[in-house]
Amino acid sequence: MLLHTTLFLPLAFALLSYLSGNRFSRIVSFVGSLLTLTSGVLLWYTFRKGGYEAIQISKAWISSPAISYALLLDGLSMALVGLTVVLVPLIILTTFKREVKRPAVFYGLLLLMQFGMLGVFVASDGFLYYIFWELALIPIYFIALIWGEGQDVSFRQRAIFKFFVYTLAGSLFMLIGFIYLYQHTGTFALQGLYQSKLDKAEQLWLFWAFFAAYAIKIPVFPFHTWQPDTYREAPGPGTMLLSGIMLKMGLYSMMRWLLPVLPQGVEFWTPYVIVLCVVGVIYGSVIAIRQDDLKKLFAYSSFAHVGLIAAGIFTLTREGMQGAVVQMIAHGVNVVALFFAAEIILQRTGTLNIARLGGIRHIAPRFATALMITVLASVALPGTNAFIGEFLLLVSAYTYNKWLAAAAGLTVILGAVYMLRMYQRVMLGDTTADTNNFTDLGKTETIVFAVIIVFIFLFGLFPSPILNMLENSVDMILALSFRTAL
Amino acid sequence: MTVLLLIVLLPLAGFLLNAFWGKRLPKVVSGWLASAVVFVSFVLSAYYFAGFVSGTQTKIDADIYRWIQFGDLFIGFGFLLDQLSAIWLMVVTGIGFLIHVYSISYMHDDERFAQFFSYLNLFIFFMLLLVLGNNLLVTFIGWEGVGLCSYLLIGFWFKNQDYNNAAKKAFVMNRIGDLGFLFGMFILLTHTGTLHFSNLASIQPGVLPKWILVAVTALLFIGATGKSAQIPLYTWLPDAMAGPTPVSALIHAATMVTAGIYLVARTGFLYAQAPETLTAVASIGAATAILAATIGVFQNDIKKVLAYSTVSQLGLMFVALGVGAYVSAVFHVVTHAFFKACLFLGSGSVIHALHGEQDIRRMGGLKKYMPVTYWTFLISSLAISGIFPFSGFFSKDEILAAAFAHHKILWVIAMLTSLLTAFYMFRLLFLTFTGEFRGTEEQRHHLHESPPLITIPLIILSALATVGGVLGLPEFLGFHHWLKNFLSPVVAKSGAHAHALSHSTELALMGGALAGAIVSIAYSYILFVRGGALPVPEGEEKGITRLVYHKYYVDEIYEKIIVQPVMFLSDIAYRLLDRRVIDGLVNTSGRLSMIAGGQIRKLQTGYIGYYMMFMVLSLVAVFVYALLIRL
Repeated sequence: MLLHTTLFLPLAFALLSYLSGNRFSRIVSFVGSLLTLTSGVLLWYTFRKGGYEAIQISKAWISSPAISYALLLDGLSMALVGLTVVLVPLIILTTFKREVKRPAVFYGLLLLMQFGMLGVFVASDGFLYYIFWELALIPIYFIALIWGEGQDVSFRQRAIFKFFVYTLAGSLFMLIGFIYLYQHTGTFALQGLYQSKLDKAEQLWLFWAFFAAYAIKIPVFPFHTWQPDTYREAPGPGTMLLSGIMLKMGLYSMMRWLLPVLPQGVEFWTPYVIVLCVVGVIYGSVIAIRQDDLKKLFAYSSFAHVGLIAAGIFTLTREGMQGAVVQMIAHGVNVVALFFAAEIILQRTGTLNIARLGGIRHIAPRFATALMITVLASVALPGTNAFIGEFLLLVSAYTYNKWLAAAAGLTVILGAVYMLRMYQRVMLGDTTADTNNFTDLGKTETIVFAVIIVFIFLFGLFPSPILNMLENSVDMILALSFRTAL
Repeated sequence: MTVLLLIVLLPLAGFLLNAFWGKRLPKVVSGWLASAVVFVSFVLSAYYFAGFVSGTQTKIDADIYRWIQFGDLFIGFGFLLDQLSAIWLMVVTGIGFLIHVYSISYMHDDERFAQFFSYLNLFIFFMLLLVLGNNLLVTFIGWEGVGLCSYLLIGFWFKNQDYNNAAKKAFVMNRIGDLGFLFGMFILLTHTGTLHFSNLASIQPGVLPKWILVAVTALLFIGATGKSAQIPLYTWLPDAMAGPTPVSALIHAATMVTAGIYLVARTGFLYAQAPETLTAVASIGAATAILAATIGVFQNDIKKVLAYSTVSQLGLMFVALGVGAYVSAVFHVVTHAFFKACLFLGSGSVIHALHGEQDIRRMGGLKKYMPVTYWTFLISSLAISGIFPFSGFFSKDEILAAAFAHHKILWVIAMLTSLLTAFYMFRLLFLTFTGEFRGTEEQRHHLHESPPLITIPLIILSALATVGGVLGLPEFLGFHHWLKNFLSPVVAKSGAHAHALSHSTELALMGGALAGAIVSIAYSYILFVRGGALPVPEGEEKGITRLVYHKYYVDEIYEKIIVQPVMFLSDIAYRLLDRRVIDGLVNTSGRLSMIAGGQIRKLQTGYIGYYMMFMVLSLVAVFVYALLIRL
């Protein structure tokens, strides 16, 4: 029941906020997201009380082809559902101080996207999952296209169009993969796919059908070039949705739909994939150093971080999986704070060009502290949430291959380089013509940062609720990923 | 345990109070509040310390809660208090308190007074965590936490981008070392399954393969080179002098930079099984000691001289560790904390009196204006130079003797370092305090001794620098070496240093070192007091002097071979590889497929409806397809 309310409340409120018109849509959507949050928290509570026993719902929907309305909530799903229901109200809150044109549509789309993403995280029927997967894409396409902030409209249109076509192309590969699987196993059901008996040759190419979709969404090097421009051009809340939650769909799906379904394909391709991921970690970090655009800098930094998460997943170790999920949550929360900071700077100075900023710390100490803490979490200072994830991920990388781990470990240094360089140029020194009138954080802005900062330290010091919750799921995924072929 | 927790949490509480409400408090309140929490921590630490001294206190090693746990992995959050951590506890809270008090006066005119104290408290908190962690990961929280505070305090005056650069440099160079620390932990965790000191110590020698021991100790030592400013990661420390002087005294002389020594001493049982690493530790320590000492001879900034001296003295401590003389290293940490904190605070007193002047070429003759500062500075200089009976004499002598017993070359280098130290410290002293004042009339007019909040910590520290030697009186003269006895439960497993020297050799070494130091000081006196020599003005250095004055151009070399290539790579990767090559391929393949499907080409007109329809159609297609194969 709670699973259903958590899933469908956003859909209901998407409609409601659209219907409530431009005057009330913001508050309606916010209330809706809070109700979803409440429902999600209660869901977590019952899930926890039930000893983290997976909750499954399956109802026949279409008999031929056999498609069912099937949901599964285990630790892995719960973690991402939790991330989604927490972030969406925060993201809505970030829009409170800004002018949003046609708010009824905007907030409707925002909640519709939440519905799609939540569906991805709980669907356990391949077809249903695919529908949710595509459903999540449409709202963000419009949000990015229509509410985008880039000055150059035609550039924005091209960038967002590319994002749409690129990810859609990836999804189509996945669709082909699902059709093939259905043909050979007669089912879309997750449990059925987990028992599929495909020979190695099939698994080898099927791997890429799924991996392409996920690698583009995450993105994994070299499928990332849509990302910086899209993050740059999308409006702040859109970028937060994309980077905070949506890219986790790809990482989550790897753990849910790729590793356990195609173990032999995974086994074969793992070395290549991990190398790509690690290349992405270094590549993204190195590029971030010299970025002059704040949002692009964060985009490349995020790209580097998720590369490490993907690498951890593919090590097929407990540390890697646990670290990956913990890091997905940490990254989701932290990246929202980073893009919110960028949004605040853009709203107040009209620029994201780092060279034109400076001296903000002096006139906006509260904002400076909030951003400093976010930066520290982003560079994974011990005691913050990202440290737990990064530590476990690097441990897993080390058990996989020392030298790859050493290469990936460079993120520890490079992350500090680009983040502190950014902080210094944006916040320290003397004010510039653009930052002279910078005002400090207002009330809602402070609340957003305060909530995030609490999360940063809470999960940095007490990660065990998440780790415990994940244990069953991780064990299951690992067992399935190592199941020997027929 | 509760009391122990209190020791750690009090400074954290102080930090939070000053961070949130400091601005609304009067300066006096916020400063004394910050000092008071550290003082209470000090008193509680002293309680434990006294317990250890009298033998009533036993080792505490307990987890407070389970931090990271799943599967076979378990890392607790807990504390370890034994004799080793107790000593650091005393130094950190004791000297920490004095420097807090000093800062109340020193920072009095700063508009961000409360913030300064909040950072100081935060530093103490992290330092205590570092020292008290019962496993490497808790220590690592403190380890990076003190790095953060160092960053925040070096760049405390953040309007100056040079200071910010120094702060960033410190953080990044520390991070390089920290990566070593992290990988040391990865290896331990993977191969032993634990990071707890007590579990690691209980692994029987011979169980772990050699390569693991060597790799782990080497990697942890890389961490130590970052934090304790050793080759090749030492260049951040001199730049760190950009921070307010109390920070230099507390963080960059007395406490944080000794964390590397602490780490090696704490994991000494691992190092004892990896003699290869110990050789590296001793070699790098010796090389750093002599390198920094030569640079110190030619510096003209009062704080820079002290900074290089710190790097050099830390090098000597690593020499001691490398030759297995753990007790001597810890001994020197303690005495060094006394006299170096005193020297830095003294320099602060001078800078304060001269309204920010730090160049010794524009000082001189301050003795008569600032007698307390002068006398305490003199005492500390005598101590660091190794003059009997000041504390440095005893601790340095032990290191020299241990180095001699281990390898003559180490001794030669350590000895040369000591001679140079005595020389440049007295060069500094003479140029600052004797002769005629070389500053402006305006400055001379305002010359004054510092207020009691500054001079009292100076007097206390110089007193400690004087008598600190009693902690470790030489055994070969029949004395009882208190510290060695005290630390024996902790360092026993690390192999007590093999002092195979005869009494006469020890005595000769001691006499030689003392005589050498006196000659150095005399030479300095002849040059700078009798001869009235002055350092040449900026830019007129010649030959080798020029090379050394410019710190062997190490910063410039790092800039050329590391920083600039990375920047270049960043540009190339972005402009060429990312935008042109990869994105170019993506765009091309996109365009090609558009052309290939002539119909689809229309989609590019931008009508989103088409895409939606396309997607819906594709979904429908699946249904139909699946339906067909069913039929």
